[in-house]
Amino acid sequence: MKIGIPRALFYYQYYPFWKTFFESLDQKIVLSSPTNKDLLKKGLELCVDDACLPVKIFHGHVANLIGKVDTIFIPRIISIEPKEYICPKFLGLPDMIKNSIPDLPDIIDVDLNLYKSKIMFFRHFIKLGEILNKNKKQILIAFNKAQRVQQRFEYQLIKEKIVPQDILSETYKISQNEIFSYNPSKLKVLLLGHHYNIYDDFISMNLIMKLRKKNVTFITSEMVTNKIIVEGTKNLSKDMFWTLGKKAIGTAYYYLERKKVDGIIHVASFGCGPDSLVGEILEKRTRRDFHIPFLFLNLDEHSGEAGFNTRLEAFLDVLEGRKYFEDNIPTYG
Amino acid sequence: MRITFPHMGNICIPLRSLFENMGLEVISPPVCTKRTLELGVAHSPEFACLPLKINIGNFIEALEKGADTIIMAGGIGPCRFGYYGEVQKEILKDLGFDFEMIILEPPQGHFFKLLQKIKLITNHNTIKDIVSAVRIAWKKALLLDKLDLESSKIRPIEKIRGQTDKIYRDILLRINDINDKDEIDDLETIISDTLYDIPTNGQTPLKIGIVGEIYTVLEPFVNLNIEKQLGELGVEVSRNIYITDWVQENLLPSLLKPDKHKDILRLAQPYIKCFVGGHGQETVAQIINFANKGFDGVIHLLPFTCMPEIVAKSAIPRVSQKHSIPVMTVILDEHSAETGFKTRLEAFIDMIYHKKEVGDFAKMHSGN
Ligand code: SF4
Repeated sequence: MKIGIPRALFYYQYYPFWKTFFESLDQKIVLSSPTNKDLLKKGLELCVDDACLPVKIFHGHVANLIGKVDTIFIPRIISIEPKEYICPKFLGLPDMIKNSIPDLPDIIDVDLNLYKSKIMFFRHFIKLGEILNKNKKQILIAFNKAQRVQQRFEYQLIKEKIVPQDILSETYKISQNEIFSYNPSKLKVLLLGHHYNIYDDFISMNLIMKLRKKNVTFITSEMVTNKIIVEGTKNLSKDMFWTLGKKAIGTAYYYLERKKVDGIIHVASFGCGPDSLVGEILEKRTRRDFHIPFLFLNLDEHSGEAGFNTRLEAFLDVLEGRKYFEDNIPTYG
Repeated sequence: MRITFPHMGNICIPLRSLFENMGLEVISPPVCTKRTLELGVAHSPEFACLPLKINIGNFIEALEKGADTIIMAGGIGPCRFGYYGEVQKEILKDLGFDFEMIILEPPQGHFFKLLQKIKLITNHNTIKDIVSAVRIAWKKALLLDKLDLESSKIRPIEKIRGQTDKIYRDILLRINDINDKDEIDDLETIISDTLYDIPTNGQTPLKIGIVGEIYTVLEPFVNLNIEKQLGELGVEVSRNIYITDWVQENLLPSLLKPDKHKDILRLAQPYIKCFVGGHGQETVAQIINFANKGFDGVIHLLPFTCMPEIVAKSAIPRVSQKHSIPVMTVILDEHSAETGFKTRLEAFIDMIYHKKEVGDFAKMHSGN
């Protein structure tokens, strides 16, 4: 069977797992095209007006697969960490798609819900395997294989401080070690935001490439261990129930408290519910307690690249200036 | 300890009664005005949803009046409301206010926890006092719901415009002032009697249901007085949620929740299969419920960027078609204004009348 996977949203987190799992069960994977103008246009046409950019784009990716596959894989990602959610739109994603896109093929929309326990991750894939008419043993083998590949993927991101696209995309061949060597004279920036926004080069207007070209070292939440995130969030007065928000905040506070960064770039999509509050907490604390420059990039379908570049460059200039002062002016007392 | 809380419809009346009967001083925020909104907007994150901003306005105005303890509901997500309190605390602290915020977190920290805490603070209260305070507050909430429910039936058909509202305001004051159990019981019949004494024009009004995000449904200041406006346009309005529903859902432990709810939610399943946070699934279910009950139309209210309701909105075209019920979605934010709103409501009502005529015409000619 040909299973379509939209190259959007949790593709950036789970694709290695999905691919290995399905392929081990003799399925053929078809990915939608990388995000582009037409795909965005299609998404805007189909999706309910008030959704955020990544969800609109997701609609475009689904439409892009129609006619090319037997079924489209749109898991209902309710929760990927105990006591946490991603966002209401993820809870309703398969519904939104079915409500808004006509002539869909079959949709595989099995729940992924680890709210109560992580064991459900395994159950989720058992269920998937069963839908594909595979027996327990086949599913188990595929699951184990997929898990190994996924672990290696996640480990690589952390170890080599690379982005998912370095592994997932063919166009991303660069010699990471050269770029990511810890060089004290280089600017160090935290790049915070949902993976499906920052790693989708169309959405983020090639932000990753731009930072690399400018020789800026950056850390994202995918490059840090869970331990760091737990450490970073331990001073929150209430546990954050949005997984992606928690990761951003944890990463930020961990590095801020250790004075390891020169600035923070926070990428959010216009209309993103969780980020409207997460961003506020982040920005307030960064400015108030740590006095570190903070750049908030709010993306929607109207964002122009020129303005985006100007703001990014201005921000990096400020960081350069501050760094120069710190390095060259002795501090007294 | 001078207690305050955010406004939401008339909920301030039972809350004030509850705390005062336990011997605490209450400083209700002043009624929402343009200033409330402006303060809220100025000090809240730009992209936060509207309720958070109005809350901030309420808090600032109450703190200015001398309140020092804010009571706020919490939540476990995924809707933003569950994190409001945390963000609001930061905002108010940044503004230099000195206060304490008590956030009622479900399920561990529900209402009874708060009562315990209050008992500690005001140690002269016995359990009996507290129970009686709760009972009176609850009765007041029930009366308020009754008042809303019944006046929205009379308002569209009153002979002299404004009469229902006059009585509504009188009764509101009485519910607020009264503190004797028997008197409260009497008030129940008084409400019905006085409302039914209002002379009516004998017409059968259109019936429109209101669904959507709770706060915008319950707070007239943000929904641009929709119930009153519709009433004046001759429409009978029914809501999917009343104050007592909100209290049951948010402040009581789950075993006390009614489960008639679940049956209604099932209606939404072909369009929204499971819980999506807030009231997204419920919105869809209630539209169908209103359609089944023979309503002529539904208005769907949500604050700009409200996530669960956006999911619901994606289902509305299909729902509306399948159950042939007109639905109008109204997105509310700080720029919404009452003036243009009336025109929209009128257009929606015209459309319904038109649809009705066409429908009747078709029926007549198909021999049904
Ligand atoms: S988390 Fe934000 S960006 Fe992601 S789907 Fe939800 S609202 Fe959109």
